[in-house]
Amino acid sequence: MTSPQMVDRHPLDDLIRADRMPHIWCPGCGIGIAMRCYAQGILDSGMEIDRHVVVSGIGCSGRVAGYMNIDSYHTTHGRAIPFATGIKLAKPELMVTVFSGDGDLAAIGGNHLIHAARRNIDIKVICINNFNFGMTGGQFGPTSPKGSLASTAPYGNPEMPFNLPYLLAAAGANYVSRWTTLHARQLKEAVLDAFRKPGFTFIEVLAPCPVGYGKSNNINDGLEEMELYRTRCQLVQDGDVRDEDLVIDMREDKPIFIGKFVDRDRPPYQPVQVQSE
Amino acid sequence: MTDKRVLTGRHFMNGDEACAEGAIAAGCHFFGGYPITPSTEVAEHLARRLPEVEGVFVQMEDELASMAAILGASAAGARAMTATSGPGLSLMMENIGLGMMLEIPSVIIDVQRGSPSTGLPTMPGQSDVMQARWGSHGDYGSVAYSPWSPQEMFDLTIHCFNVADRYRLPVLLLSDEVIGHMVERVVIPPPEQGSRWQRKHPLTPPGEPFEPFRATDPGLVPPMVHAGEGYKIHYTGLTHDERGYPDMNASTHHKLVTRLVNKVRVNRDQLVLVENYDTQDADILVISFGCTARSARQAVREARQAGIRAGLLRLVSLWPFPEQQVQALSAQAKTVIVAEMNLGQVSLEVQRVTGRPVKGVFHAGGAMIPPAPILEAIRESA
Repeated sequence: MTSPQMVDRHPLDDLIRADRMPHIWCPGCGIGIAMRCYAQGILDSGMEIDRHVVVSGIGCSGRVAGYMNIDSYHTTHGRAIPFATGIKLAKPELMVTVFSGDGDLAAIGGNHLIHAARRNIDIKVICINNFNFGMTGGQFGPTSPKGSLASTAPYGNPEMPFNLPYLLAAAGANYVSRWTTLHARQLKEAVLDAFRKPGFTFIEVLAPCPVGYGKSNNINDGLEEMELYRTRCQLVQDGDVRDEDLVIDMREDKPIFIGKFVDRDRPPYQPVQVQSE
Repeated sequence: MTDKRVLTGRHFMNGDEACAEGAIAAGCHFFGGYPITPSTEVAEHLARRLPEVEGVFVQMEDELASMAAILGASAAGARAMTATSGPGLSLMMENIGLGMMLEIPSVIIDVQRGSPSTGLPTMPGQSDVMQARWGSHGDYGSVAYSPWSPQEMFDLTIHCFNVADRYRLPVLLLSDEVIGHMVERVVIPPPEQGSRWQRKHPLTPPGEPFEPFRATDPGLVPPMVHAGEGYKIHYTGLTHDERGYPDMNASTHHKLVTRLVNKVRVNRDQLVLVENYDTQDADILVISFGCTARSARQAVREARQAGIRAGLLRLVSLWPFPEQQVQALSAQAKTVIVAEMNLGQVSLEVQRVTGRPVKGVFHAGGAMIPPAPILEAIRESA
């Protein structure tokens, strides 16, 4: 019997800035898993690593740009998508990914999100959805379920949440899928799908935020939320679910639909060019 | 094949179009903007012209996105620009601050209108002077130029790109509705006559130890690398160290912000631009800029004809403020008059640097200040 061996290197070492560790994320947070899936996607994409660029906004998920060892831009709150749009249009050979959170992308950045999808600009959005503003300490956000508790909703959130896949499908994205941090392999495959798909792609990643969201809403830790994903997630095949049913409320014992909801080939945005005679 | 980038020759065009042609001649590759009066002709002209020169014109969903997009394009290596007016400039302030912190070159054209708020969309104003200096939160050094003719809309737009690239920061062209819509002769020189200041690129190749935010030259400007060059660079709007990594503590913050402010201070002599008219022996000094300087020029001319020793100092750069020039000429004058289409923004600055009272010819905006009230102020002081 061979004895266990310590390996000196992890295959993803080159893609993570080790000198930035430890990261800022809380115990039980799901963002690191999603970042790992993104990094694995880069490695498996077969593209030169130097062609990958990541742009983030502000918030816990926005810190991903600081941990990925590729060209990385940590921008202003909500503006990662238009910043990424500028990079992509100036240097189309780059694979530009926006990695940010639901508060950043759907609240303060909501207008940019829908217009980038409408424009079908060729950028890849990975959106962590943890149902709250985590970094500022658990306020309700555009994805918080109605009635859920938050530090700014002590009597329950009075607002209806966005159903992000429905929103992005309506806005015109070429590719929309949803996975959770429990579905690491499927999420990595979704990242690869997005890299291969020209145009605007959107992957929603449900991720536990035990400190910001869980503790106020009877989900005690990250593991408990992962268990909820395991028992409730149902894979959608070929659009066999109504868009309206994609809304999520972790407090209710009903299915969480995951999988690929949109996969189409609207022509991606191309800047106008005229032939000079 | 003729050079479609530089339309060498004599033209009759408005200031907004001249600005757009200046951008193309400067090698602007990317325009991201949102329509707003009275700057819209800049966007309309570039929408037609940029596709002819393999450039990118993109109409964004708002000014927040426009400013973010030009920073992204510039981060990828392109010369990039937007054009707006006061309400749009207010929205851009967030990402102008990002551009200052990330030190990403960019050019913002502000064709000023009557403000605040929606104000007078189709009428002139000069009231964004202090916003251009202090509009985004925090301390940073600002550079803003003020054209007084369509010709200068062309010339200074090119200059803005050069300054932005050399000093790595967003640069403002503070025009106004009068200059933007005025039609005059614009002479576009041959391309070989235009000089292009290049961004400084690091000598260190990718893969070797490199600190992208270490400024070793006396000008305090670090070399710049772009997305896709292999440096695996990290840019963040958080307080960062010379590696570009977030480093949130008081000493790093003080060091970084001080450099961002000093970057403009130590290069002041290269950035300041003024023009003098009859100031040699002037004991009545008129200070003005932009469209109002045209009236001030006429008032000074008429005063001279009446035997009054008046002179005009025209501020071409508003930021950094031409402190030495204002101080030197004020010292020899018995009266200093500031004429501006706002209620005293540059006047305050003149008082600050001269430490003496200043006579103001002010108007809140909506119509050009004619020569008469400026001449009257000169006569009262004679």
